[in-house]
Amino acid sequence: MAQLSSNIPSGPLADKWRKYKTEIKLVNPANKRKYKVIVVGAGLAGSSASATLAELGYQVETFVFHDSPRRAHSIAAQGGINAAKNYQNDGDSVYRLFYDTLKGGDYRAREANVHRLAEVSVNIIDQCVAQGVPFAREYGGLLANRSFGGAQVSRTFYARGQTGQQLLLGAYSALSKMVGQGGVKLHVNSEMLDLVVIDGVAKGIIVRDLVTGAITRHSADAVILATGGYGNVFNLSTYARGSNCTAIWRAYKRGACLANPCYTQIHPTCIPVSGDYQSKLTLMSESLRNDGRIWVPKKKEDCKKPPADIAEEDRDYYLERIYPSFGNLAPRDVASRAAKRMCDEGRGVGETGLGVYLDFAEAIERYGQQVANRNHLENPSKEKIRELGEAAVKERYGNLFDIYHEITNESAYKQPMRIYPAVHYTMGGLWVDYNLMSNVPGLFVLGEANFSDHGANRLGASALMQGLADGYFVVPYTIGNYLAGIKPGTRPTPDAPEFKAAEQHIRDFNNRLLNAKGKEPVNHFHKKLGKLMWDYCGMARTKEGLEKALVEIPKLREEFWANVNVPGSGETLNQALERAGRVADFIELGELMCRDALTREESCGGHFREEYQWPDGECKRDDEKFAHAAAWEFQGEGKTPLRNIEPLNYEFTKMSVRSYK
Amino acid sequence: MVAEKSSAKNISVTLRVWRQAGPAQPGKFVDYPAKDLNPNMSFLEMLDVINDGLEQKGEEPISFAHDCREGICGTCSLVINGKPHGPNKSIASCQTYMRSFSDGEVIVVEPFRAAPFPIVKDLVTDRSAFDKIQQAGGFISIRTGAACDANATPIPKEVADLAMDAAQCIGCGACVAACKNSSAMLFVSAKVSQLGLLPQGQPERDSRVLNMVATMDSLGFGNCTNQYECSAACPKAVSHDFIARMNRDYITASFRSAFRPKSAAAGDGA
Repeated sequence: MAQLSSNIPSGPLADKWRKYKTEIKLVNPANKRKYKVIVVGAGLAGSSASATLAELGYQVETFVFHDSPRRAHSIAAQGGINAAKNYQNDGDSVYRLFYDTLKGGDYRAREANVHRLAEVSVNIIDQCVAQGVPFAREYGGLLANRSFGGAQVSRTFYARGQTGQQLLLGAYSALSKMVGQGGVKLHVNSEMLDLVVIDGVAKGIIVRDLVTGAITRHSADAVILATGGYGNVFNLSTYARGSNCTAIWRAYKRGACLANPCYTQIHPTCIPVSGDYQSKLTLMSESLRNDGRIWVPKKKEDCKKPPADIAEEDRDYYLERIYPSFGNLAPRDVASRAAKRMCDEGRGVGETGLGVYLDFAEAIERYGQQVANRNHLENPSKEKIRELGEAAVKERYGNLFDIYHEITNESAYKQPMRIYPAVHYTMGGLWVDYNLMSNVPGLFVLGEANFSDHGANRLGASALMQGLADGYFVVPYTIGNYLAGIKPGTRPTPDAPEFKAAEQHIRDFNNRLLNAKGKEPVNHFHKKLGKLMWDYCGMARTKEGLEKALVEIPKLREEFWANVNVPGSGETLNQALERAGRVADFIELGELMCRDALTREESCGGHFREEYQWPDGECKRDDEKFAHAAAWEFQGEGKTPLRNIEPLNYEFTKMSVRSYK
Repeated sequence: MVAEKSSAKNISVTLRVWRQAGPAQPGKFVDYPAKDLNPNMSFLEMLDVINDGLEQKGEEPISFAHDCREGICGTCSLVINGKPHGPNKSIASCQTYMRSFSDGEVIVVEPFRAAPFPIVKDLVTDRSAFDKIQQAGGFISIRTGAACDANATPIPKEVADLAMDAAQCIGCGACVAACKNSSAMLFVSAKVSQLGLLPQGQPERDSRVLNMVATMDSLGFGNCTNQYECSAACPKAVSHDFIARMNRDYITASFRSAFRPKSAAAGDGA
């Protein structure tokens, strides 16, 4: 049974991190260069950690399966990044950001971790501005903010609809600087396929060069995984096609516990599915909910009418109706389920009936009027106001409206967008303590790959915050504390027997895939898995459905290994082989997610069990039985994994029913 | 526009795809029929369908680079009918939809072609040269934790907006593929301009442009002869005005570095 000690420092909540930093062990500068740290992944968390650790003087080797670190999927985050700067003077504070994040996570995250996240949020903005990240600014030259779901203050910093891109390019520039100076050795096109554990301690990884097919062994004093989330288990999601669970799944199979895998975030505002050939769902940033109003027709018979033909009094602005104090800015899980309820009632729109409207007509009118007033236009015509309003909306959200138009061939300036929830983020991940270290000593996990800060639901604009907090401001301290306890120069060589055995294991695994020579392409199985997961472990889950999935997924796994066809060899670029390995892991992870969802007999955040709801359809938590993180421990192939528990103690906040009404 | 979408009929096309087993092997065009395609299918989804069919038959799928499929990661890199990123302006290959093609069309698909981007396999090229240019100076040297308050230096909105226009570059390399000289000047000038416009970027402004341009030249990229094919092909419509800005910066920096008195302390590795 795994030892799960959260290692939260004692003392008052607001002092814990400061106290921790003053008490940890340090590594002296001459010794830092004797330690080697492997970082896997180069998104926000991986790039920022690599750059910062190299600046401190550690030898860093960074591995990324993309052809460049700048391709990591953090690049696609649109809306923004939260920070408790209170530049708007609207009452924000570190405590409020902490409280909103904890409540937003439906009281299923650790207080101490979340408070630290809120504390360092302010440093992130300073750091990024100093790197030259061109955040949006006001006319006076100061930084601009906007609002995001689950908050009543404007604390979100943004760079048009491309905030993730700009933050990643900032971290990438820091990483590039250190690569150029020789502080980081960068391995691109390099996919981690196994974790090497020696005497219970993480000491290296096995890597496949995706271009040459070469499989190599790499040893280190510590290994950091910053490999992102596993939402592609659903096949269709807003993730990049290459995003995968392989690194964390293979670490799990080497003993790292996987916590709360069933916590998945379904984002309310995505472009609806249009056909079975589809490979990808596209997000429409949550920032649109600042100005867009979400509605469906009140009457079922209106659903097929053009939206312009539906009178104002026949429209149901259901978020504003049900959640008057947060309205269209209700948190993601709440907004997604509400959309599902409307569609389940038969009031969904679009060809499939799985869609709701996100309408900008009112915002266009309001902005148009504002601009007209500012410019002292006398009696402007309706058309003029519309024109001015469209220009104002274009300035705020132009790139999102363009994306919507490319995909749907419809103009959201002229008619409301159609949106529907889609898989967007996974709150679950490898279990880590306050140091961001897993239960396998020496294995650190950052960003979306860990389970730490978002509980059962993540608020908008908090993923970028967490990735950069972990990489720039947390792990550089905590890893030093760990390395200070290891004698420099004791790192094993990559010729140790454990390395050779792990390499052979990976060679055998890949050969098994290449030699299956069945009849179906990899995508066939990925689609089937995605459908099972969406139907039984998606927005609403039931005991019956999950039990069914737990029968179907193992069957799919068998079918996969018997009938997959992976052409080509392992000695060159082979994209089918890459996908096959990832889908094999997704199938196993999907099973664990269903098991986790089945055993968590409550509803919380993104995990909604139909059996556990309040009469109004909201999540009904069971704090007596489930105020804990479930950390699953691998017990061997074909064996039921062990469910370990880390109790969550709320010392400083009161767990309450989460209400946004 | 809605009517056009719902009434649109499925189409069939022939794909003429560049297949090349490896960097040293010769390549050739191979035709693949693609039948009964929904016009709302993306170009890459169409390639997925073709690849699924090939894999089912045990044939190697067409290798192509792709990831986010929403036009921001810069991975996709197809030349479609002779144009980097295909027929439509200001989008990446992944944002090209089959509605841009007509029934019965023969569509030629090639990799980005430029000497500094050697072909890896089929439609995949090696664009690591871009990373090398970044490593030579595409950054502001700020150590983590050393920053002052973010609002300490106000930056005029127009300046921040212009820096953002430059910063939008996704690093795909279409500018190089579109240029008869295989010039990377749009890519390099975008980063030089973004950082050179901002107050934070001033201390390294000269060394940045000199080092990035020197690295660009050493990697075999050509020079700009003002045809502007780069910005026409750019999925983010990054303006060639930034090339002019970089040229000004480069000349100024060259003069300054030639005539600047050197400090006795400089270069002692402190």
